[in-house]
Amino acid sequence: MQTVIDIILLLVLLSDLYLLSLTRLGAAIRVMAFQGVLLALLPFISAGGILSLHGVIIGFSSLAIKAILIPRFLSHAAREVRTGLEIDSYIPYGAALVAGMGVVLVSFWVARKFALPVTVSSRLWIPVSLAAVMIGLLMLIIRKKAITQVIGYLVLENGIYILGLSLAAQMPFLVELGVLLDVFAGVFIMGITMNHIKNYFDDLDVDNLTILKD
Amino acid sequence: MIAAVIIIPILFSAAAWLVSGSRLRRRLWLICSLLHLGTVIALAAQTPPPILGGWLAVDALGLLFLGIVSLLFLVSAAYGQAWLSMIAAAEPHGARDPERVFITCMLLFLATMSLVVLSHHLGLLWVAVEATTLASAPLIFFHRTVNSLEATWKYLLICSVGIALALFGTFFLGAAASAGGQEGSLLLDALVRRGAALDARLTRIAFIFLLVGYGTKMGLAPMHTWLPDAHSQAPSAVSSLLSGVLLNCAFLAILRAYQICVAAGQADFARNILLIFGLVSMLLAAVFILNQPDYKRLLAYSSVEHMGILAFGIGLGPAGFYFALFHALNHSLSKSGLFLTAGNILTLFKSKAIGEVRGLGRSHPQIGWAWIVGFLAISGTPLFGLFISEFNLLGVAVMQHRLVIAVIYLFLLTAVFVGMAAAFFPMVQGAAADAPREKLPALLRLLPLLLFMLTFLLGVYIPGGLDRLLRMGAAALGGGQ
Repeated sequence: MQTVIDIILLLVLLSDLYLLSLTRLGAAIRVMAFQGVLLALLPFISAGGILSLHGVIIGFSSLAIKAILIPRFLSHAAREVRTGLEIDSYIPYGAALVAGMGVVLVSFWVARKFALPVTVSSRLWIPVSLAAVMIGLLMLIIRKKAITQVIGYLVLENGIYILGLSLAAQMPFLVELGVLLDVFAGVFIMGITMNHIKNYFDDLDVDNLTILKD
Repeated sequence: MIAAVIIIPILFSAAAWLVSGSRLRRRLWLICSLLHLGTVIALAAQTPPPILGGWLAVDALGLLFLGIVSLLFLVSAAYGQAWLSMIAAAEPHGARDPERVFITCMLLFLATMSLVVLSHHLGLLWVAVEATTLASAPLIFFHRTVNSLEATWKYLLICSVGIALALFGTFFLGAAASAGGQEGSLLLDALVRRGAALDARLTRIAFIFLLVGYGTKMGLAPMHTWLPDAHSQAPSAVSSLLSGVLLNCAFLAILRAYQICVAAGQADFARNILLIFGLVSMLLAAVFILNQPDYKRLLAYSSVEHMGILAFGIGLGPAGFYFALFHALNHSLSKSGLFLTAGNILTLFKSKAIGEVRGLGRSHPQIGWAWIVGFLAISGTPLFGLFISEFNLLGVAVMQHRLVIAVIYLFLLTAVFVGMAAAFFPMVQGAAADAPREKLPALLRLLPLLLFMLTFLLGVYIPGGLDRLLRMGAAALGGGQ
């Protein structure tokens, strides 16, 4: 079991790094959907063979929300606003990727200092979670378009979700469902807002949104 | 009874979505706020036992903040009645009535804030705080201008990311609670009870994430960047709630985290961080208040300052708790009143620039007076509620021989006072000819004065019931009064 979990977590990490180097929006959304499938598998596997009702519900709702609903909604939004399919970045893709790898190294180094008292099934939970959170923050900073910022937010949210899964026993599933719903509703409202941004500016560059300042 | 506080607004928001007719919808908003306040008073009279296995409960802290939420929501609803009919009369709505989304979200906003203050489970608390962001984002976009769009986007994104970090902290707390192989629970009461068994290092890490996360929502510097935009671009009936109520809800979330730190023996650690965040927030607010050209942004930065004072008050330790809680109450009353007054000024002058508002005192004496009285209330002039808390917090710092901190605190308070006075007084002075002649409905003019009167009364006399509530709240934080 541990090897399977390790492989899934590593795939999540690789897909995050891959996202940093991607230049096409459509591909980025597909990577998010793939990551959603990976995350939905985790509750089934980490239960250790015993399929609890808790794990099943969380697994299926993650699948529905992270792998199907949110990616579909994002590609719908991308079509709707007819934004250029290029992903614009403030720094070159190569540099972003190098920064991402630096982030991964840092998180593996930091994670050695976090000795969680709970017995977790894999040593990768914490470093992968930390790396995803930091890569998400990195994407939020370097991306120019509103829709790619939302993807950054989702990467970050997925990172936190991974930490939550590793502590599944502490998290009642009502709360996990609530978190999933909040994220979905959040992306939905961000999508509506993006539509308005498109209507005002004809594109989704957040550079347009710099009128308010002191 | 506890559930009613959350279910009533949800039912009414569904009703507001379904009915047609702006008038009826506005009445639903008002009726719901009256019912909500009635339920809260009933809760205060007789505290019911926790429900849902302790997930939802009423304690002294929750009751204090719930009272603020409910009272100010009612004031905002009353203001909204006159305000919405005024703008609808000036500019008839088209086929798509913007009030439908507005009032529906407003009532959902009330439900989510009530959930925040009643949550005694940290996971549920997180879900509720994030839900307040989602329910209030469409409210900021009500005027549908480019600027309000920018404010909405920043609010959504920065707060969602910030609060996501609080979830990270919540998970670390879950890990801290399962130290020693015990089944960890995120129930507040269980965490406080088993405090000593919490893993100390993980509790500290959790507190930092929770403070940064909920601190973003509370508007503590340097995570406050969205706040001046959102609070200045939202319609004033919304700004009054964002500043007066929602910031307090985030503050309560931080107090919950603090309660757990106290139980885990990490009180000193938590207090020192709060003290630093508090002073930094006051400093940043003071810098931006001096020479601020926009009066709604000025009020928003003043909120950053007061959130800083709240963090500072908790950071001072048990002697400061009572006054920090009292400060939260009075700040809400004063700031709500000021934002509503700012809304009146904006309606009259059609400009947020301080330089373009002149002659308010002569042309619209009630609004001019409200603006001056509001200034006196918010800057902690003697006889107003905020004076008691600001002065006593200074006293606490001096008594603890933290003279450097006391001097910085006093200096920042003075700087803000000077900056705000320089902005407020010229707006009221000048000839009546400088101001528009239009008259506003009496309700819009008088509601802010009512709030200022309340905070004035609290400055003169603190009723026994409120005093007890504040003492119990302070005791729950380890104040032991």
